[in-house]
Amino acid sequence: MDVDAVFYTDRSGKVTSNPLLDQLPSYQSLLYRRKSSAGGSKRRASSRRRLSSSGSGKWATSTISRQEEKLKVQTAQRPIRELAKTMAEKRRDKTQRLEEARDLSNWIQWRQNTRRYLKRLKDDAQVWLNSLQLWRGDIHLIEGMFGTGILSYFFFLRFLVMLNLIIFLLMFSFVMLPIIIVPYASGNTTYNQNDGSLCSVYPSSARRGLVIFHEHITDLLSGGGFLEQTYLFYGYYKVDKIHFSHITYNLPLAYLLVTIAYLFLSLIWIVRRSATGFKRSLVQDEDRFQSFCNKIFAGWDFCITNENAAKLKRSSLLYELKTDLEEERIKQKIADRTRKERCRIYLIRLILNIFVIGVLAGCFYSIYRATIFSQEAQMNNVKENFIVDLIIEYLPSIVITLANFITPLLFSIIINYEDYSPAFEIRFTLMRCVFMRLTSIGVLLFSLWSQITKCKEDPCICGYNHVLYSCWETRVGQEMYKLTIFDFIIIAAVTIFVEFPRKLMVKHCDCGLAKWWGQQEFAIPQNVLEIVYGQTICWIGTFYCPMLPAICIIKYFFIFYIKKVSLINNCRPATRPFRASSSNFFFLGVLLIGLALACVPVGVSVAQINCSQACGPFVNYTTSWEVLPATVSHLPSGVQTLLHALSSEAFAVSFFVVTCLAMFYVIALAGAHKRVINQLREQLAMDGRDKRFLIQKLCQAQRHLAVKSSASKLHRSRSSTSYHTSFSSNFDEGVFLAHPHPDSSTQV
Amino acid sequence: MGTTASQLGKDSLAEYQELTFLTKQEILLAHKRFTELLHKDHKGDPHARVPMDRVLTLPELKSNPFRKRICHVFSTSEQKDGSLTFEDFLDLLSAFSDSATLEIKSHYAFRIFDFDDDGTLDSGDLEKLVNCLTGDTDDTRLTTEEMRQLISNILEESDIDKDGTVNLSEFQHVISRSPDFVSSFKIVL
Repeated sequence: MDVDAVFYTDRSGKVTSNPLLDQLPSYQSLLYRRKSSAGGSKRRASSRRRLSSSGSGKWATSTISRQEEKLKVQTAQRPIRELAKTMAEKRRDKTQRLEEARDLSNWIQWRQNTRRYLKRLKDDAQVWLNSLQLWRGDIHLIEGMFGTGILSYFFFLRFLVMLNLIIFLLMFSFVMLPIIIVPYASGNTTYNQNDGSLCSVYPSSARRGLVIFHEHITDLLSGGGFLEQTYLFYGYYKVDKIHFSHITYNLPLAYLLVTIAYLFLSLIWIVRRSATGFKRSLVQDEDRFQSFCNKIFAGWDFCITNENAAKLKRSSLLYELKTDLEEERIKQKIADRTRKERCRIYLIRLILNIFVIGVLAGCFYSIYRATIFSQEAQMNNVKENFIVDLIIEYLPSIVITLANFITPLLFSIIINYEDYSPAFEIRFTLMRCVFMRLTSIGVLLFSLWSQITKCKEDPCICGYNHVLYSCWETRVGQEMYKLTIFDFIIIAAVTIFVEFPRKLMVKHCDCGLAKWWGQQEFAIPQNVLEIVYGQTICWIGTFYCPMLPAICIIKYFFIFYIKKVSLINNCRPATRPFRASSSNFFFLGVLLIGLALACVPVGVSVAQINCSQACGPFVNYTTSWEVLPATVSHLPSGVQTLLHALSSEAFAVSFFVVTCLAMFYVIALAGAHKRVINQLREQLAMDGRDKRFLIQKLCQAQRHLAVKSSASKLHRSRSSTSYHTSFSSNFDEGVFLAHPHPDSSTQV
Repeated sequence: MGTTASQLGKDSLAEYQELTFLTKQEILLAHKRFTELLHKDHKGDPHARVPMDRVLTLPELKSNPFRKRICHVFSTSEQKDGSLTFEDFLDLLSAFSDSATLEIKSHYAFRIFDFDDDGTLDSGDLEKLVNCLTGDTDDTRLTTEEMRQLISNILEESDIDKDGTVNLSEFQHVISRSPDFVSSFKIVL
């Protein structure tokens, strides 16, 4: 069997080879890429024999040997396991390389050996690190049942656990640890003095006397009472400076810098993680992000082991393909719309968007009113009933959750009338939901801020309402704490009280309601929005409640297992699958929006609002930001001038201008590359056509020769080598080359 | 660990580690699963072949629509019957492992998708590929019109030299820009 054929055996099992096409340099390089010539001296000889038999002569041979050398060098430099060969061939390559290496000097041998040893060490370390990853077994199980799309949600959860762990470690080691180790490291602390002025009165909120049990629960759920004066909240950190034996630790400075650091660290980590996703989507904007090739060639998750899941995956792929093809047809239809129809559609869209804005405004106003009502009711301190108290405390959270439950349903109904293409519909609804969720937190904070800075006399004496909010940061921290707890309770409650009964109903009851409602689908976008909402609260709240990241880690832990159990028992995969790659991009994009939103309240409260005089580390400063200029003024004058120069306008403007120039340069470069790529593509297509044309002519010439010679020698060569070529699909009839059957009717 | 008749020697283990992308634990696990598939007469033979229908009982391959093609591609048997030796099995797992390079994966993916083994993906191959993905029964197939539209879209995106087929370089090029490929082309025992 001639193993050097470029094409494998055809369907009838006969070995086919076409001497003409096989001689082309491009096909030869394909041959050598497939079976490297480095080991096959026998093959080299046989291929040379074949070439010379078709009479191409010395020219082809010398070209081939030059190519052989080049490819041999190329393949020799790559590790063996990266070559696509069978194990036996790889073993032969390895022994050959070892033989060749024996000829090399001792130094090079030693270097190669060390390199191999280090590589093995690195592989082992990598394996060990991978085995430490959280939740590996659970994720593998989910992967087998549902494929990689849903897996991205759990990877995202894991990433957030890691992020919160780092944030908590930062907070702990720079803010809490110094305070804790003071007695052990023989330091002494200077506390912020209570100077007796009106602003620094901080009535204790600890409960006195006989405490009823349910009040403990109220305290736990609302962060008040016995929890208020603990490490949990900002108000407890009354330390000004800690004097150790050699250094003085400035706690307010540390607190502020850690806040800036964790926001910055989150930004860097998220951007790094999403770098590949952004690059791909920015560079290839000429292909749709979910192109057909991606769906077909990378469509099947090879890791699915469950038969049921495989069936569902097939049907979801079918659905997705049909939808995409449908969408193409709709796009065509949209392009064909008449002017009158277009005006009508735009009018409808305008009205519906105004309606959407109205709904959003209504939700925001109700959140505002609920917050104000809740704050005033808490201030009045009229304890009616345990349950009613709890509801009043949680009123903002309840209203936010209700709004976030109703508005997605409303949006998905409205979008049907706006007549967009299906993919755009999904994306637009999602954008609206994201906006709704994240802005509701902003509204809550705004209403809190308006309450805090509203006093009876017009400019507040202390800059904030010291009568009602003697320690306003703790109050804000308590609100964030309540939001986190309530979010977790809602997620757990919805799973237990909605999804499980739904599954039981669908499984055991055959009524129409069960059929209409259907089995629960694991809707990734909604779940991700919940998580991002929780994380945004964590980012905002860490400044006021330093232990909030730790609470969030515990919360995510429980959420992982709740969602996993719910997924395996209740859910079926979504009909429209969420692709692993685009999910990564979407998750991190929404997370970045959340981070940007979280920076605003923190920034405003650090820089603008007067910090409370009764509690916290910043008592001796007007605003929290003042710590920095105060510290800078104590630094040596050289450093001071440098820092002042860095923060001056001149530096900022020139930095901005340089960044803009760099951006324009890169954009121009990318445009130039794109043009070159298009030109090369056209050239490639043109060359392909040239090749086919020339081969056609060659066939014709050969056939004329064959016909002429067969006229005199009818008994010659009955063997007809039929040629199986890719070109045949383009031509109407097959192309026969080299030794055609004399009687065959081939027209080209 | 239970003592099977053929334990992997340390030398073979080190060699396999060097020649494949698998870690030591993965190779040992593969050995264990492979010997379970062997007929008990062959258990001592390191070059024993497992027939294709026994390989297809593995849970990782059982629900895979490309299982037969995978066996054919990785099989080194003379009769082209899709049977696998242990080394073929290791090659299979190595190509599908997490740490395999994109080039290896795309090379083998191309060969798996090339149903007629002619070195290119033409419309017949693509049609069979789509039918494998969606299911081969009558109600799960695309209509002829949709199939034609789909295949022309695929060729428009991937066929650079416009010859109506996708060859290996074009396939590798389109795969390198496909974001989902690496995560979906994976089999882990």
